[in-house]
Amino acid sequence: MSFFKNITTKPWERKGVIGGLEPEGAFESANEKVALSIFLVVASVVFSLFTVGYFLRMELPDWRPLSEPSQLWFNTGLLIASSLLFQWAKNITQRADDKNLRLAFFGGGVLAVLFIAGQLMTWASLQEAGLFLTSNPANAFYYLMTGLHAAHLLGGLWVWSKSSIRLLSGEEAAELKLSIELCTLYWHFLLIVWFILFALLLNT
Amino acid sequence: MAYVPLADSDHETEMHHPHSFVEKYVWSQDHKVIAIQYGGLAVFTGVVGLVLSLLFRMQLGFPETATFIDPSFYYQAVTMHGMIMVVYLLTALFLGGFGNYMIPLMCGARDMVFPFLNMLSVWVFLVSVIILMASFFVSGGPTGGGWTLYPPQTNLAGTPGHDMGIVLMLISLAVFIVAATMGGLNYVVTVLQYRCRGLTMMRLPLTVWGIFVATLLALFAFPALLVSAIMMLFDILLGTSFFMPAIIESGTPLDHNGGSPILFQHLFWFFGHPEVYIVALPAFGLVSDVLSVHARKNIFGYRMMVWAIIAIGGLSFIVWAHHMYVSGMHPYFGFFFATTTLIIAVPTALKVYNWILTLWEGDIRLNAPMYFAIGFIFTFIHGGITGLFLGNVVIDLPLSDSYFVVAHFHMVMGVSPVLVVFAAIYHWYPLVTGRMFNEGMAKLHFWCTFLGTYAIYLPMHYLGFLGVPRRYYALGTTDFIPASAQDLNTTITIAALFVGAAQLLFFINIIWSLRNGPKAESNPWGAASLEWQTPDTPPVHGNWGASLPTVYRWAYDYSVPGAAEDFISQDTPENSEPQKDS
Repeated sequence: MSFFKNITTKPWERKGVIGGLEPEGAFESANEKVALSIFLVVASVVFSLFTVGYFLRMELPDWRPLSEPSQLWFNTGLLIASSLLFQWAKNITQRADDKNLRLAFFGGGVLAVLFIAGQLMTWASLQEAGLFLTSNPANAFYYLMTGLHAAHLLGGLWVWSKSSIRLLSGEEAAELKLSIELCTLYWHFLLIVWFILFALLLNT
Repeated sequence: MAYVPLADSDHETEMHHPHSFVEKYVWSQDHKVIAIQYGGLAVFTGVVGLVLSLLFRMQLGFPETATFIDPSFYYQAVTMHGMIMVVYLLTALFLGGFGNYMIPLMCGARDMVFPFLNMLSVWVFLVSVIILMASFFVSGGPTGGGWTLYPPQTNLAGTPGHDMGIVLMLISLAVFIVAATMGGLNYVVTVLQYRCRGLTMMRLPLTVWGIFVATLLALFAFPALLVSAIMMLFDILLGTSFFMPAIIESGTPLDHNGGSPILFQHLFWFFGHPEVYIVALPAFGLVSDVLSVHARKNIFGYRMMVWAIIAIGGLSFIVWAHHMYVSGMHPYFGFFFATTTLIIAVPTALKVYNWILTLWEGDIRLNAPMYFAIGFIFTFIHGGITGLFLGNVVIDLPLSDSYFVVAHFHMVMGVSPVLVVFAAIYHWYPLVTGRMFNEGMAKLHFWCTFLGTYAIYLPMHYLGFLGVPRRYYALGTTDFIPASAQDLNTTITIAALFVGAAQLLFFINIIWSLRNGPKAESNPWGAASLEWQTPDTPPVHGNWGASLPTVYRWAYDYSVPGAAEDFISQDTPENSEPQKDS
């Protein structure tokens, strides 16, 4: 309600300082987290539009549904485990305790790399079965959407690798708290996106 | 490079003070330098767009003389003109240029939240412009498929630039979107998080509100363009059929099959209509501030203005299909979009009334920026009302492919924002450069531009009513177009050449005044908003000296009864207002 309360105030009537040192209406989260949250909305719009395109294109007569490689279930398991490890790493930093931090954080990233490798293997198996990008729009959407999801994960891995180098060079967990928290948020987001994409691919 | 912690810790910022020329002006992280870089590059690109328009107007006005313009070049020039003006000039100038300059200053911040990302944004924008311009030099030239890039036509052999031109255009757009997203995240987070003490959202100048909401629109609308660009690149380069239907080209069936061109149109216009307001909302904000300062009156209905900006922003996402009435759609679908289109006119009209009521009984100072701001009200009402015609399906269908549409959107989306750009540049020129421009020359520039653009676009409405089709290289002879239509086309071209040449007045003025203009006082217009209250004019790196300002009031305390001066700046404490001697 505060948004509506704020935009109905009459600014010409009230003089003087409003709010404390921080201006009224600013988020208490770190600026980086605010920016990432907005970016996640932007990325959601991108994935949603591809999904809308998928549904509209599906209506046309040349669509031949693709039977998804069963390996996707295994890959999904990898991504879930990756997200869980990131969550573990985040919990560790919040307890201000370094124990197992490297295991959790590196493990999370490595599982994400394995997930991408697994996705590439599904591409290879589709190619072997003669299901190429241009054979059918359903195939094209499969390659496009899994590729786009993997590209987002690669972006996350780039940030993860920078944080990993800092962790290896001996930085304290407290200094990496924000980076690890943001990585975790991003990983959970990409996991949810993957659940939606996977459900979409399975059911159509 | 040295990181210098601030004396005050209001924001936990570390200033990155530049030491060399390169750090200061090339790889700069200062929002003001980045704003000039963004703005300069956008204006350069805009000049290319302007010259292209004059070239194709030569073909329309003097087809016998302009024999050097062949049909291919004509379509390429029209296409590149459209895309350059909408995306690379206006979007980049309003968000990257004005957004960068104004947001930190008007919010009382030292810089953007993420200065490095901000610098990256302008350099990625440069890459997108280079890719765009490269398309002039590749085989086949730039794309000539129209700025809407509709497949399948854009990708077929009959269309100029169907090979490399369209690929470079799509890549350039994708790169631009990356730049705009990096900048956009910065602008939004800065407005939310870096406002100085006491500066509530409802105390922000309307400029910041306009740019803030427009940036949100850009962040959420550009993905649609990105998605359509990626899918179209797949169609062209990898042979998929997202948009390309089964089609026969020069007697040979192409490999594509079953794609949906209408899907592209939906995606494109889901971006395309918010894009109109990505350009318009910053213009609304800037012009509100210029009008208020030079009328020495608070903006009329500040809250309504903010609500209107938010309402327009929201509604702009549900009107897109009014660009597609002629593509064919279910009548209920058309009815829905006609209704939303008419509804969006309500907050827009509200803003126009409020601008006029701001002028009402104001102590109007007819300075050059005010000329342009008042000129904008005229052109915007004009372009807006023709928009109401076109929003209705039954009126749109006969007019859609005619010059009436060209006249409408150039009045509302070309001339109107550009007049605001000039108003804003003249208004903030003393702040940015520390010099005054030549007032007489600026007013001459206004009259040439204002009357000149009317001479271009008023007759174009009439051509539209006659049924003269847009997008045609030459009209040929038809029964329904009288020979006098060609005379009108010639007149329009002469007016366009005149307006194009008149812009030299602007460039000469602002470049000459950089060195030779009289030194500007720190707040020459007597404005109340924060950007004019910096200790130095122009503001130096870090903007605010030792400590950040504190805000005690809104940005529009003009002509307050009893006050000694006719404005009270935002950082004047409430109990220390200078009073008139009684």
